[in-house]
Amino acid sequence: MSDIFDGLAAAFWLLVTLEPNLVEISLRSLQVSLTALAVACAIALPLGTWLAVQRFRYRRVTIATLNALMGLPPVVVGLIVYILFSRSGPFGVLGLLFTPTAMIIAQVVIITPLIASITHQAMRDLWAEYHDLLISLKTTKVQRVRTLIWDGRRTLLTAALAGFGRAIGEVGAIMIVGGNIDHATRVLTTAIALETGKGDFALALGLGFVLIALALMVSLITHWLSQTEREGRW
Amino acid sequence: MVSPVLPLKVRGVSVRRGARHLLGPIDLTIEGTGLTMVLGPNGSGKTTLLKVMHGLERPSEGKISYGLARAEAERRQAYVFQTPIVLRRSVQQNLAYPLELIGRPRDEIRRRAGEWAERIGLGGALSSPATRLSGGEKQKLALARALIRKPELLFLDEPCANLDGRSTRAIEEMLLEARAAGTRIVMATHDIAQARRLATDAILLINGAVHETGEAPGFFDAPVTSETKSFLKGDIIL
Repeated sequence: MSDIFDGLAAAFWLLVTLEPNLVEISLRSLQVSLTALAVACAIALPLGTWLAVQRFRYRRVTIATLNALMGLPPVVVGLIVYILFSRSGPFGVLGLLFTPTAMIIAQVVIITPLIASITHQAMRDLWAEYHDLLISLKTTKVQRVRTLIWDGRRTLLTAALAGFGRAIGEVGAIMIVGGNIDHATRVLTTAIALETGKGDFALALGLGFVLIALALMVSLITHWLSQTEREGRW
Repeated sequence: MVSPVLPLKVRGVSVRRGARHLLGPIDLTIEGTGLTMVLGPNGSGKTTLLKVMHGLERPSEGKISYGLARAEAERRQAYVFQTPIVLRRSVQQNLAYPLELIGRPRDEIRRRAGEWAERIGLGGALSSPATRLSGGEKQKLALARALIRKPELLFLDEPCANLDGRSTRAIEEMLLEARAAGTRIVMATHDIAQARRLATDAILLINGAVHETGEAPGFFDAPVTSETKSFLKGDIIL
């Protein structure tokens, strides 16, 4: 129990003093995860919606594959991104390994199928509701996808939130491709892993509480934003 | 003035879903002005016929043609469903949607949406979520959204089913106005009294086939077949 209290005390102290290292690590965590989320959403939201409205030959296989990719092991993703961006890899020339960009790429690969799959499930129901109307209005495919994304935005915020939760809590892939370099690629999760390895459980717990607080904060902001209908007005 | 979309010609159209034969073969022509009422008992194929004519369903056999090329003709049509479909948006945004699709200027969209909201008695509810409206209000909104693009051909699938007298009257008044403004209307119903009030001509469907057609006074007052007589009397037709 004393570890938890020490952790709470450490977290409280870190927050109260706005310890520069903690601020830097927290901001980097947010920067990496939010950038990955933005890129993943730009891919996954139209993709999931398009899969809901479009009928094509291998649609079921595509959806099943997407669902299966939700469980993609982050360590394997990290390994593959590492190989691709290592000096001898096809993208080695870009010199992105052990940079926040490589971490963002790994997170995008991990969370895109998750967001796309949740989006597809939500949009499938909305498409069933809107199908006849949008066909009757002779909408184009692009107009249908746009309409569904706009009208289903509250559900899509939940999908994005799930993606953010997975991204900010991810450690395996970003440890491999980021390298946990101080003042360069260290984020909250890799810092927690490092402090745990060093036996500094109090600091690790303190960082953990900060991580939970960040995730909760983003979740609450998302919840507030998703209230598109307020007091009977749209 | 007769719309260039017409005549709408239905030639040898049949619709099958798997082993089930839903409609046809049907041959009919919609032309001129007025309101054609498609009558028939439940399951007679009224909705399927309307959807096929509007292009929402493909016929298994036969052909639908318009006075204009298909794409242009479809752009000048609108359809109102039996259960109103409203977008998860405000009343104003629902009315604006068809105009946004065709890229009308924002000022015009706002003005026309406001005008139509006033006409259907929802002027004070422009910002309200359309999903919270009553059944009658939703149907009026759906009809206004269909009419806002001034369609030349309007299909309505039992728009007054499940509505009370006041809402039914409001819908009928809107339809009469649209008809007077030159919109050619094809409407399905099994409400004989409503058909008598609105129709200029009528089609009776039984078991997916056209049983009898005619101009309104003659069709209702002197039907030819015994089945039509029975249907108009309110007897059950199997």
